[in-house]
Amino acid sequence: MSFFGFGQSAEVELVLSDAESRRRVEHKTEEGKKEKYFLFYDGETVSGRVILTLKHPNRRLEHQGIKVEFIGQIELYYDRGNHHEFVSLVKDLARPGEFTQSQIFDFEFTHVEKPYESYTGQNVKLRYFLRATVSRRLNDVVKEMDIVVHTLSTYPELNSSIKMEVGIEDCLHIEFEYNKSKYHLKDVIVGKIYFLLVRIKIKHMEIDIIKRETTGTGPNVYHENDTIAKYEIMDGAPVRGESIPIRLFLAGYELTPTMRDINKKFSVRYYLNLVLIDEEERRYFKQQCFALLSLMQLPVAMGRICPRRPLGSPPCPDHGEETFRKAA
Amino acid sequence: MAETIADTRRLISKPQNLNDAYGPPSNFLEIDVGNPQTVGVGRGRFTTYEIRVKTNLPIFKLKESTVRRRYSDFEWLRNELERESKVVVPPLPGKALLRQLPFRGDDGIFDDSFIEERKQALEQFINKVAGHPLAQNERCLHMFLQDESRTLPSG
Repeated sequence: MSFFGFGQSAEVELVLSDAESRRRVEHKTEEGKKEKYFLFYDGETVSGRVILTLKHPNRRLEHQGIKVEFIGQIELYYDRGNHHEFVSLVKDLARPGEFTQSQIFDFEFTHVEKPYESYTGQNVKLRYFLRATVSRRLNDVVKEMDIVVHTLSTYPELNSSIKMEVGIEDCLHIEFEYNKSKYHLKDVIVGKIYFLLVRIKIKHMEIDIIKRETTGTGPNVYHENDTIAKYEIMDGAPVRGESIPIRLFLAGYELTPTMRDINKKFSVRYYLNLVLIDEEERRYFKQQCFALLSLMQLPVAMGRICPRRPLGSPPCPDHGEETFRKAA
Repeated sequence: MAETIADTRRLISKPQNLNDAYGPPSNFLEIDVGNPQTVGVGRGRFTTYEIRVKTNLPIFKLKESTVRRRYSDFEWLRNELERESKVVVPPLPGKALLRQLPFRGDDGIFDDSFIEERKQALEQFINKVAGHPLAQNERCLHMFLQDESRTLPSG
């Protein structure tokens, strides 16, 4: 027990065993800042060490047990008291006792299931983290380390286009087409708008990407809509028979994969909103749901090429060649 | 490269018929409000405006029409539309009640500049309303614009 101040008498640090080689990715925090976190996929082992440093060596540190946890949880911002843990693993590192010097504890969570993608949204957050706890009588010493999980899906076998004729009877008939119904996060939406009947005075046309985050169930469902993109595709008045092309590159926008009813707590869906505006600022629109996926990333060997090596043969490290994985 | 380059070629579309491309557009609708005339004597006087419609929209029975309407007719139209349709109807220019009080320095509601101001605002109003696809389905709009035979019910 320390009589000097109220500071912690011990410091806890979490270090991953593959911290040097593991990739880090940017992820938005709740406040909107972008920070880097270690990236994990479903099924990967999470291993590392807990480093316990005594602030005053030679003074005893009494404790009620030391453990490390791997947690995956969903936090609803309006209900912070209740965290919904969908993954909860624990490893006891030390039984109650005391230490007189700093310690290092190794741990390994083997082949951890990480069923959902990390998500930080307007009303809900899904996060994964390691938590090391030194239990003590008055106040525990706790250290958390957030990680980010990405999900991957394979190219869908069926990816039909979306094609529809919509309009207002006798005033405006259009046929819109989008080349796919499932896009990946770096994809391009290719489509067209074909005018069948134009009896109103159109000024311009745009396409919006709307993100809808749905939280809650039953009577307490709450939808938060956010316009991620507004992209003008036509300026001026079209006439019958005209075709307006659409080419919208998704890589430029902050998008997440479509998330359907995650753990029955929330969903994230995306919509394409086609909007026509006439000369009196009246808006005519058609909203269409589409799916966003993060696709299996194909590893590719890339590196310095030995000029003497024939194409197609394995790389030769003796000539200074390297191969490393580059995920897109 | 780690990804195949996305195919961003345009989707195939039908070539446009030249008549559609160079012919007159199907959305022609022009309404002019002009030629104000004050009729009647003394306190029964009122001003009428000529409403001239030129259009090729099939929803209008007449491709060209001219009628005379007064301010209270516009009020009638606005009230009908608000009541019968889901359209958000734009506001009319003011009723100018103050101008109707006696002992004014000017001609009150028969003042030239006032009539001109009101005429322009009424023209903006009627164009905005007549171009609305939902308002075009309302009987009252067609009665107002093209039915010369009847005077409209007073408010």
